[in-house]
Amino acid sequence: SEDTQQQIIRETFHLVSKRDENVCNFLEGGLLIGGSDNKLIYRHYATLYFVFCVDSSESELGILDLIQVFVETLDKCFENVCELDLIFHVDKVHNILAEMVMGGMVLETNMNEIVTQIDAQNKLEKSEAGLAGAPARAVSAVKNMNLPEIPRNINIGDISIKVPNLPSFK
Amino acid sequence: MALKMVKGSIDRMFDKNLQDLVRGIRNHKEDEAKYISQCIDEIKQELKQDNIAVKANAVCKLTYVSALLRRNATTPFVLFLLSSTNFGYLAASQCFHEGTDVIMLTTNQIRKDLSSPNQYDTGVALTGLSCFVTPDLARDLANDIMTLMSHTKPYIRKKAVLIMYKVFLKYPESLRPAFPRLKEKLEDPDPGVQSAAVNVICELARRNPKNYLSLAPLFFKLMTSSTNNWVLIKIIKLFGALTPLEPRLGKKLIEPLTNLIHSASIQVQKQYSISIFGKVLFCFSLTVKYLGLLAMSKILKTHPKSVQSHKDLILQCLDDKDESIRLRALDLLYGMVSKKNLMEIVKKLMIHVDKAEGTTYRDELLTKIIDICSQSNYQYITNFEWYISILVELTRLEGTRHGHLIAAQMLDVAIRVKAIRKFAVSQMAMLLDNAHLIASNTQRNGICEVLYAAAWICGEFSEHLEELNQTLEAMLKPKVTTLPGHIQAVYVQNMVKLYASILQQKEQAGEKEAAQEITQLMIDRLPQFVQSADLEVQERASCILQLIKYIQKLQTKEVPVAEEVIALFAGELNPVAPKAQKKVPVPEGLDLDAWINEPPSDSESEDEKPKTIFHDEEQRHSKHRPPEIDEEELARRREARKQEQANNPFYIKSSPSPQKRYQDTPGVEHIPVVQIDLSVPLKVPGMPMSDQYVKLEEERRHKQKLEKDKKKKKQKKEKKGKHRRHNSLHTESEEDIAPAHHVDIITEEMPENALPSDEDDKDPNDPYKALDVDLDKPLADSEKLPVQRHRNAENLKSPDTEAPLVEKKSKKPKKKEKKHKEREKEKKKEREKKVAEEEKKSSKHRKKKHKKEKEEKSKDKKKSKKKQHHSEEETAESVQNGTLDDEPLPVRSWAYLGAPGSWEAGTYDIQGNLQHDSQVTVSVIFENKSTSFLKSMELNVLDSLNTKMLRPEGSSVHDGIPVPFQLPPGVSSEAQFVFTLQSIVMAQKLKGTLSFIVKNDEGSTHEKLDFKLHFSCASYLITTPCYSDAFARLLESGDLHMSSIKVDGISISFQHLLAKICFYHHFSVVERVDSCASMYSRSIQGHHVCLLVKKGENSVSVDGKCNDSTLLSNLLDEMKETLSKC
Repeated sequence: SEDTQQQIIRETFHLVSKRDENVCNFLEGGLLIGGSDNKLIYRHYATLYFVFCVDSSESELGILDLIQVFVETLDKCFENVCELDLIFHVDKVHNILAEMVMGGMVLETNMNEIVTQIDAQNKLEKSEAGLAGAPARAVSAVKNMNLPEIPRNINIGDISIKVPNLPSFK
Repeated sequence: MALKMVKGSIDRMFDKNLQDLVRGIRNHKEDEAKYISQCIDEIKQELKQDNIAVKANAVCKLTYVSALLRRNATTPFVLFLLSSTNFGYLAASQCFHEGTDVIMLTTNQIRKDLSSPNQYDTGVALTGLSCFVTPDLARDLANDIMTLMSHTKPYIRKKAVLIMYKVFLKYPESLRPAFPRLKEKLEDPDPGVQSAAVNVICELARRNPKNYLSLAPLFFKLMTSSTNNWVLIKIIKLFGALTPLEPRLGKKLIEPLTNLIHSASIQVQKQYSISIFGKVLFCFSLTVKYLGLLAMSKILKTHPKSVQSHKDLILQCLDDKDESIRLRALDLLYGMVSKKNLMEIVKKLMIHVDKAEGTTYRDELLTKIIDICSQSNYQYITNFEWYISILVELTRLEGTRHGHLIAAQMLDVAIRVKAIRKFAVSQMAMLLDNAHLIASNTQRNGICEVLYAAAWICGEFSEHLEELNQTLEAMLKPKVTTLPGHIQAVYVQNMVKLYASILQQKEQAGEKEAAQEITQLMIDRLPQFVQSADLEVQERASCILQLIKYIQKLQTKEVPVAEEVIALFAGELNPVAPKAQKKVPVPEGLDLDAWINEPPSDSESEDEKPKTIFHDEEQRHSKHRPPEIDEEELARRREARKQEQANNPFYIKSSPSPQKRYQDTPGVEHIPVVQIDLSVPLKVPGMPMSDQYVKLEEERRHKQKLEKDKKKKKQKKEKKGKHRRHNSLHTESEEDIAPAHHVDIITEEMPENALPSDEDDKDPNDPYKALDVDLDKPLADSEKLPVQRHRNAENLKSPDTEAPLVEKKSKKPKKKEKKHKEREKEKKKEREKKVAEEEKKSSKHRKKKHKKEKEEKSKDKKKSKKKQHHSEEETAESVQNGTLDDEPLPVRSWAYLGAPGSWEAGTYDIQGNLQHDSQVTVSVIFENKSTSFLKSMELNVLDSLNTKMLRPEGSSVHDGIPVPFQLPPGVSSEAQFVFTLQSIVMAQKLKGTLSFIVKNDEGSTHEKLDFKLHFSCASYLITTPCYSDAFARLLESGDLHMSSIKVDGISISFQHLLAKICFYHHFSVVERVDSCASMYSRSIQGHHVCLLVKKGENSVSVDGKCNDSTLLSNLLDEMKETLSKC
């Protein structure tokens, strides 16, 4: 339920963030994530952690690779991705993830394929919004002009908590 | 309208969008909550507007806010928007879960989206659905998703395939109908779809591998051909699950695997990988190290020996700073212990326990130690004193949560290893004396649980206790009342046991004063337990207090009471296996479900009942009293065993009984001394250190070895003695280690003639159990997926068709089926009500489509009539080519259909259906001989009055049945069609058409192929064996018609001839004498057919008898035709 989901995310963050830089990328997280069959596999990029929780039917190296694909895809879709992109475009991140993982199973691992689908969807969305959306886009473009100022306010410590990028739990 | 839209979008300019919201929240760090509530108010306003874009934006924001605050406010709004935006489904996947009521309302919206022309709408719907699918949704949508699995766009196909797994989990009935299509997707041209299908099947096979063995060849092909790493990994995982079930697979896999060397998880790679890992563990990064350990643990299961050589390496890993690696290494240790190294390994682990920070890891270590020691019935423990002292040492751990586990071990060992009891009791008494150290931690499952075990052991085996008084006093300390209730209860109960022992001791010694003193002590101290808040404690205490007061009364009268008190606890408690109760076989004639008394009816007078129940119960008790264990018998056996041991020269008699030996050893002399040195609270003085045992053990082994060597020299030629007790798996070197004491590990008791079954190991609540179904069985009608159809549509359709034979089907389904169908109809009605409005629209839509298709078909009608080569000529040829030998004949006969070299070749076989007296199944093998891709095949037959194709309910006589697969070039596949018949006495011919789409580089065209199905009379016969006496009786009965034929010019052998009749006409030989044989067969409608076949010089005569003369003459005609070709 909602509460356990939150607790899992909190606990996972707690576990993962306190690990050293040079230890292995696997964590066998006891009871909270559903017993010994499951484990956490994570990768650490600058201030971001990408954590997957998988069961024994997934290959450990395969998942590490998948995280890499995910990050590279994000990079392609956002052009030099940074954590702010993830914060401001939660919906897009979700969309990308949904193209890779569906219902707890890996859907697509080919990056080009994913990027093509995402681009096609974005195009479609734009054409749907069409004229009606134009004024709003213009306004938001103006608003975004001062985006570079934003990083000053960032408290890096809690970024990784607030990014709800962990919907992939089965 | 246009004005309104423009106005709406101008309004929107000033609304916040998601980015603004995020920015706003981040700018209001201090009063975040206030800002958010303000935003929520705005969102509420926005949701009230008409403009769908505004609403979408609002929901978008709301989802973000709710994700942030974890408040589930969005649900009702999301409904509006499911279809309108991608975000609708994202929001839905965030806030829906199985308990959400509104999900029921979404079914139609989702269905609409699934059939949307835009592939991304469909895709989004599928993604969303994967997150919140419920059993109801799964049931209603299974069929829609099935159709999507053969969508033209691979994007949709792969999503549909993947989501099927979720559907299977929620609605297991859908697995069997959907499986053929899933299997077909394994060979899909798109790699994404293929990988999705592999994914799903692997996931399914992981839980119930045996059902998927038949797919092994297919996967093998995939493995050798696929280049997608992801698919390869999955397939290897799958084979990992399959190989234990099918040993031959392993051998086949070696070659491709060594080519691939992907994952080391497969057992066949053992030698190879081990040598690698040995080196890897030293040098590479920790990630690789972890994987190495993981692989080792998998190898360990099959090849423990090869891993054991890496023991030191693995022990090193225990020192690693990374917890994951330490845990993995621990796992490995479990499988590596042997008699020889157990003590050493546990000693190292104990050191780690002391060093370990963090209770989780320490707890993990503790459980591992206990696991390692207790595995397979204490197989590796040679010295139980050592084990007890290890357990006692473990009690000194602070803050562990596994007190219960330790306690259970103590109890288990003390009860089952008789020889250790004295030692165990002395240790436990010590624990009780020092209870104040342990009791400080009273949390649940804390270490104080061991006091439970200690108290029980001291009480139950009080005869071994030396300082009875002291222990009793320790148990009566006021501090005890702070312990948890259930421990106090055990204390109280066992106090009395101790008391009884003391009483007996004193009385035997004649010290009446002392006896009365001890009684007085009990009476003084027990009231503190009577006041306990715990009911159990209170009850036991007050009961016992009264008992002791009574004893005191007797004592003052100078009546000896000890014997009677001790009788309260006489007899030994035997360990009973936890499953024992379940395994008691139900005695014959006992029906557990039967009512003992008739269920009470309302009219019955109440006062009668209790009597009968009581009466009955008493009777039952007397019947089922378990047989008493015969003490004499036991004693006799024990004697016999002792004798046997005495006569065995290799049995180590020199090792003294545990008690004696124990007093001899210098290191443990100080055990009984109890002086509590409070300055070192953690070490309980007077407790033996387990290390001592390690040293002792080494000495002992050394001595034994010397002794043995001596003996060996003396009696070289004698055979090896058998002094092992309960092990058979050990290596040579281990055999040399004899246990320090003669231990008798009592196995847990099981009821006599217990039923051996592994069933109870399975968890009945396992969600995957429902998916354990046989996938190779053909589908029954009742298993078809419920298809959402609209009655109106059917009714409208049928008048349109100008069918000459619009007759009601004459099929008479069996009762069961009828019932089932009725039920389904009811369900449909219900559903229809619910969905009425929406459904109308979509059905109209569907109808239009259908018409279009029809038009297209008629245009494309190319009359490519091919010659019908059907006949026995072809068959005979094919048969002679390979199948017909003198040896066993194949069961099926194939006739030819279609023309060779055309688009398609088909062969068919007609078989009677045993379950239905008016149905036959036609299996058709389609083979694509062209170079193009064939799809959307539909087979249609012009029904005759007598013979009709069984179509799915609701389709008209003009609809074809779709063939459930597509054919790439050169591939063949089989489909089955069921026909119903009224009369079977005549041969039948049916005309039919197969329409299909040919797809090649130039495009796709519709093609048609006409064919004829020939139902010969023989195809209505089912080969049935018959015994000669039954055969004779049948012939005598006289109600059979008779007919005969004679064929000249037969040259083949009689043996061959009979084989042909059996093969083509489905007969079986009853009896054969020289060149004369009687044969028998039965029709699906129960006609008996008997034949007498005689062979002359150059001719054969066949006399037949049958219930039906027409059938017989037709049969004989067919037979004549067959024979004349010989």
